[in-house]
Amino acid sequence: MYSEKVMDHFKNPRNVGEIENADGVGTVGNPTCGDLMTMYIKVKDEKIEDIKFKTFGCGAAIATSSMTTEMAKGKTIEEAMKISRAEVANNLGGLPPIKMHCSNLAADALHEAIKDYQKKKEDKK
Amino acid sequence: MPKIYMDYGAGKPVDPRVLEAMNPYFLEIYGNASSGHSYGNAAKEALTSSREKIAQLIGAEKVQEIIFTSGGTESNNLAIKGAAFRNKSKGNHIITTAIEHMSVINICKYLQKEGFEVTFVPVDDKGTVDLEKLEAAITDQTIMMSVMYANGEIGTIQPIKQIGKLAQEKNIMLHVDAVAAVGQVPINVVDENIDLLTLSSNDLYGPKGVGALYIKKGTRIVPIDQGGGQENGLRSGTENISGIVGMAKAAELAQTEMETESKRLIALRDKLIDGVLDSIPYSFLNGHRTQRLPNNANLRFSYIEGESLILSLDMHGIQASSGSACSSKTLEPSHVLRAIGLSHELAHGSLAFTLGKQNTQESMDYVLEVIPEVVKRLRALSPLTPKEILR
Repeated sequence: MYSEKVMDHFKNPRNVGEIENADGVGTVGNPTCGDLMTMYIKVKDEKIEDIKFKTFGCGAAIATSSMTTEMAKGKTIEEAMKISRAEVANNLGGLPPIKMHCSNLAADALHEAIKDYQKKKEDKK
Repeated sequence: MPKIYMDYGAGKPVDPRVLEAMNPYFLEIYGNASSGHSYGNAAKEALTSSREKIAQLIGAEKVQEIIFTSGGTESNNLAIKGAAFRNKSKGNHIITTAIEHMSVINICKYLQKEGFEVTFVPVDDKGTVDLEKLEAAITDQTIMMSVMYANGEIGTIQPIKQIGKLAQEKNIMLHVDAVAAVGQVPINVVDENIDLLTLSSNDLYGPKGVGALYIKKGTRIVPIDQGGGQENGLRSGTENISGIVGMAKAAELAQTEMETESKRLIALRDKLIDGVLDSIPYSFLNGHRTQRLPNNANLRFSYIEGESLILSLDMHGIQASSGSACSSKTLEPSHVLRAIGLSHELAHGSLAFTLGKQNTQESMDYVLEVIPEVVKRLRALSPLTPKEILR
């Protein structure tokens, strides 16, 4: 059902965990639907220096989370905001159609984490 | 890597002895049972002796009470629709339960559109039908009750004998879907007052695409498909003789081997259930602890999701199934898990192991080594897992 790339990211997810004192945290989904993911980012000079995730969900939810962190790491905030769900799915060699909507939320979690970072920055001013 | 298939409820291998019994009916005895010559007679004889074997397995009194179909779904359709349409003049009310197989649920929903009233009686948190609620649902319009013998997903066995007694007292037809139970627990249609009983071949280690319906003498139903009038006018179409012979051989083997095999499976099942519950915190059993199918262990793990459990176990050579929404076509969690009171969130983390002939004590040892590892890894990934569990 899943591509080799999805299975690779499912078996060996990259950047799993939490970041203490993260500069931004974003959570999307809910356990009722079966998918919940949280992204943590550490930002230096407007670049994502470190990123980690935790995900409750199916194979696709875990693989898209892992892929998104890999894509975002080292990118500027501006570049990372442009990472889309479709791009994440493409980089994984595609997802089953039924999974495109419900389990492909990792890019949204990343965007939420960035917005959280920006809000915190504003609040400090 | 060991290969440990534990999804026998979804599909079983054909027993080699069954395959051997079927073989001549592909190459040598290929006549049509409706033909009046020797080739036809040979096929007809095979049909009759096959009916006998199925009748024996379920304690039916007459061979004519067994008709062959293409499987459990068709038998359920013929039984429920056939009885509903035939008895429409007596009443328009049907009672079934909330945890039936989707074929029964969807047949009943179809009948609702055709003007029938259907009551879906709830079950308790172990998946057992409440007899009082069943009785309370009966009206003067009730013509039929359809209750499964046992649930294939959570394993719970229903008090069919008491339900049969109730149906007889109230003069209501009783249909029983015995697909998940047949070959695992003894069934006797006479003792249990069953009027219509659905059976499937693959669940007995016979070929897929074959099933049977027991129709007690005197029970009136109409056919669903029109055609040449085979199977006593109730199921038209040339009989699948090789498949039927296979199902009958499988039934014969089940009858002689059921007692020993069920005992063996219960020991494996309990080893698996106890092993998991003892070694994994926040793990639970779904379904009844003792009134349960010998081959079924349905376990639930908090904080993680079923599809990722299945993928992880498959990576270790273990095949199981899940009631998680994420592994379903509709993205809805299993209606059975919802009916026993599990929230969507809890239903997601359920895993059904259905054991069979190739599973051994050694398989269980291996599985009991793998499951805790897999659960631990997924819990470490999950934002829902409380930190104290991860230590």
